[in-house]
Amino acid sequence: SNPFEVKVNRQKFDILGRKTKNDVGLPGVSRSKAIKKRNQTLLKEYKEREKTNVFKDKRFGEYNTKITPEEKMIRRFALERQQNYGKKNIYNLNEDEELTHFGQSLAEIEKLNDIVDSDSDTEETGTLSAELTAAHFGGGGGLLRKKVSSEQQDEEEEKPKSRKELIEEMIAKSKQEKQERQTRRESALELTEKLDKDWKEIQTLIARKAPKSERKDKEAEKPKPDEYDMIVRELGFEMKAKPSERLKTEEELAKEEQARLQRLEADRLRRMRGIDEEADKKRPSHMSADDLADGFILDKDDRLLLSYKDGKANIENEEDEGEDEGEEEEEGEEEDNENEEESQEESASEDEEDGDAADNHSDLESDLESEEEVAGNKEEKKHKANENESQNVEKLDPKREAAKSELPYTFAVPESYESFKSLLAGRTIEQQLIILERIQKCNHPSLAVGNKAKLEKLFGFLLEYIGELATLDLPELRTIDKLVLPLYNLCQMFPEAASDRIRFILRDAAHDLEGAIEVKGRAAFPGLDMLIYLKIVSLLFPTSDFWHPVVTPAFMYMSQLLTKCRIATLQDVIKGLFICCLFLEYVSLSRRFVPELINFLLGVLHISLPKNKAQGYTVVHPFTPLGKNLELLLVCDKEDLKSWEKQNVPLSIVTRLKETSRTVINHTRLSCLALCFDLIKRCAALYESLPSFHEIMHPVRILLTQHVPVNEYPEKMQEWYHSALKELENKVKHYTPLICEKKKPVPLKQYTPKIVKVLEFGRKQASSKKEQERKQLIQRHKRELKGAIREIRKDNQYLARMQLSEIMERDAARKRKVKELLGSLATQEGEWKAMKRKKWKS
Amino acid sequence: QLPTGLYKKVLVILHDSVLPYMNEPTLMMDFLTVAYGIGGAISLLALNGLFILIHQHNLEYPDFYKKLYSLLDPSIYHVKYRARFFHLTDLFLSSSHLPAYLVAAFIKRLARLALTAPPEALLMIIPFLCNLFRRHPACRVLVHRPGGPADMSEDPYVMEEEEPSKSRALESSLWEIQSLQSHYHPDVAKAAAVLNHSLSEMEDDISGLLELSAYELFDKEVKKKAVDVPLEFEQVRGLFGKKNDIFAEHFSLD
Repeated sequence: SNPFEVKVNRQKFDILGRKTKNDVGLPGVSRSKAIKKRNQTLLKEYKEREKTNVFKDKRFGEYNTKITPEEKMIRRFALERQQNYGKKNIYNLNEDEELTHFGQSLAEIEKLNDIVDSDSDTEETGTLSAELTAAHFGGGGGLLRKKVSSEQQDEEEEKPKSRKELIEEMIAKSKQEKQERQTRRESALELTEKLDKDWKEIQTLIARKAPKSERKDKEAEKPKPDEYDMIVRELGFEMKAKPSERLKTEEELAKEEQARLQRLEADRLRRMRGIDEEADKKRPSHMSADDLADGFILDKDDRLLLSYKDGKANIENEEDEGEDEGEEEEEGEEEDNENEEESQEESASEDEEDGDAADNHSDLESDLESEEEVAGNKEEKKHKANENESQNVEKLDPKREAAKSELPYTFAVPESYESFKSLLAGRTIEQQLIILERIQKCNHPSLAVGNKAKLEKLFGFLLEYIGELATLDLPELRTIDKLVLPLYNLCQMFPEAASDRIRFILRDAAHDLEGAIEVKGRAAFPGLDMLIYLKIVSLLFPTSDFWHPVVTPAFMYMSQLLTKCRIATLQDVIKGLFICCLFLEYVSLSRRFVPELINFLLGVLHISLPKNKAQGYTVVHPFTPLGKNLELLLVCDKEDLKSWEKQNVPLSIVTRLKETSRTVINHTRLSCLALCFDLIKRCAALYESLPSFHEIMHPVRILLTQHVPVNEYPEKMQEWYHSALKELENKVKHYTPLICEKKKPVPLKQYTPKIVKVLEFGRKQASSKKEQERKQLIQRHKRELKGAIREIRKDNQYLARMQLSEIMERDAARKRKVKELLGSLATQEGEWKAMKRKKWKS
Repeated sequence: QLPTGLYKKVLVILHDSVLPYMNEPTLMMDFLTVAYGIGGAISLLALNGLFILIHQHNLEYPDFYKKLYSLLDPSIYHVKYRARFFHLTDLFLSSSHLPAYLVAAFIKRLARLALTAPPEALLMIIPFLCNLFRRHPACRVLVHRPGGPADMSEDPYVMEEEEPSKSRALESSLWEIQSLQSHYHPDVAKAAAVLNHSLSEMEDDISGLLELSAYELFDKEVKKKAVDVPLEFEQVRGLFGKKNDIFAEHFSLD
């Protein structure tokens, strides 16, 4: 190219083997290229900046480069032909339009196939005969011709009739026709009536047949229509249920359940160790984008998914609800119906249950190795059983049914404890459960805003109610046993509120205890309600956690009970042993060490011995080696010793022991002692792994081996004793000296320089590949940014230039015009002056 | 000679309302030694007066530490005067001139007795033992014995031995504290876990822990704010419905 256009970028140092892209540049060429490009793009945009209409090219395949021009032409031609295909006549512009009159197409009317009669009030839908119309209105040509053709024969024989005759004849004909039609109708009516009568006769015959056959048949036959009804209903409700997800197979469900349990177990273990708690805390918890930040977590998806089992829709609950809502108004009428239906459902669900059980069995056979899964299934099954139970409760016998029907279907959450109590007062356990369930359903937090707080309150009421039931003279423990279920469900819904509530109760109890100690210097064991609460804690919360907001205070409280409360009566001993059981249950998974437990068991053993034998071991508070309240568990009566049989200690004994006879008391004492032996055995199994197991159990072992009068005990008790002792004795003694964990040595500070391997000169050294990549990206971004800015700047310059040239053009044009005007004016003036001069001269 | 109640009352006030105002405090020597010899709570209380006599009036008390050692029994963690007793014990054992075997015997005995202690006492005694280790580095073999025998069938320490020098405490290790690392109370477990690592140089201040009561401890726990409450995932099946429920075996709901 032109050497004058070339610009050479001079380099400071020549480096061999380096290739440079930009050593020569053609500024002129590149500039003209840029301007050309801008002319095509920017200038166009600039010029069309105020225009909004767009030219759209709709030609077929205009911009499609894939089609060859020939093909394009062929396709276009085909399209054109297609468009014109329908038109037969090129001059008939609106060929496919149809002319109408009163919504009827004129073309149809012209054919006169169907004539609408005006006097439609006559009985017959009444179309006048074609002849009549023809006579009245002159008729269409076609018709006339037709008539003519039909009457030609007559005409041939007779002379042509006069017009009057013709009309008369026609009237007569039409009348005849009318009559005929009427008779036909009447006969048809008669026929149908006769048929009906016949059918009735036959029907009675059929109906009479049924009673002749046995009653069984009738019973078998009767539910048939019901079943049909049921299916229809079911199908109707089925339509309402929304399709949710693909139905999962049994295995998938089992697998999911297993995975869920494993995850929960892993979570529990992590909390039990309590190690990475801090690390966990630092990580911000994940918040869903849909989170309402109201603290509500749906732990369990309690919406019922549409599911099938054995080919039947599994939507009882929803159905029930639906019925509940729907039938409130027409309760009376539909009550029977519903009951029937319920019983039907019941049997159906029982069938399902059977099927399920069978399925489980097959599961068992197929994969025996996955115990978890089986457990999961079992749980599921039990859960189902529970549901079933509650359904059973709903069903029951007709007498109950009647009583049940008095229960309303919707309940408001009671505002105060009194109203809550009055709601449950006088109801059976089953009814109470139903009421609670309905309250929960009617006031689900997803239904209204305030429901959450209301249900949280309900948890408190329920807890209080349980406490009250436990403090009665005759504690209703069976009721409590059932009430635990709704309590658990509520707790799952509102963990925070539940934990606050229970902590409040614990704090009150501990406060009372402390107050009693300060005032009287000693404290008594609390009532049965606290024991039940403590048991409920273990049901609602995981007791194996290293730290838990509810369980840890409960631990502390129980520890205080075992160390501070005085043991004065047999009831106290029973309560203490109950708490020992609680302790054991709490630590059964985590195997944590509870010194109070061992102390208490030692004390209980101590008070079962005759006085003055405390040697080789020391009992601690609340037990004393000497003094009163000893020999609480000592039984000397040989008869009672002989007649004793191990039996479960009824919990109600803690409130009413006084009335019972001496023998019963003695037996209870022995049962307590047996319980104590069992607890010792369990402790030994639990703490086996502790390094100082033998030191911990030393006093107990001494007491058992040297002081307990084994030979006086009945045989059953000896069994308990020996099993406990065996568990204690057969542990190997095993000690390893302690060694501190090695501390990581702190490196000395040094002054030697850091040496880095240089692989390539001139390039920045980055530590890792990732880092290098990042740097490259940053650099590229910078470069692109610079380029873009430069381009924009150039665009602006170009635009400014264009605007300037426009303005200059406009100005020049104006100048020229002004000049022209001035010029023309000057010439005008000149001419005028010249004229004047001429006049003047002449 | 005095009734027990009166004895206690006298001894409680002796050290700060009687001894400082006496011309010859040494006269109380006989009374205190006798009281010290009685045993139990009275001995614990007599310690305070005795300490003043030893400390300020040059009382020579033979076998003082042996006596103190024999005072240690399970009840020291449960009695009312726990704070006072451990305050004094801390003073007596703060001397750096004590032989290692003696301190080791004390450490071992206290730790052994801690196996029956309530959590509030444990929270106090563990830092107490840590302080002893700091003052007497020779005792650290109790928690760190790298070259010892790999396996022992018996704890060398003899609990029943009255004489600290014969208790072979230095040959033993503090397995008791290791057991306490699995204590149910999270704070106790954490405190016991400190001995797994080498100790820091600074002594812990235990004066605040001496008076710790169970109720304070409970109150602290109950007031802690929880971020979230983990829940039991096992479905409830009634009050005694758990798997292998102990209650179902021994109690009935009647």
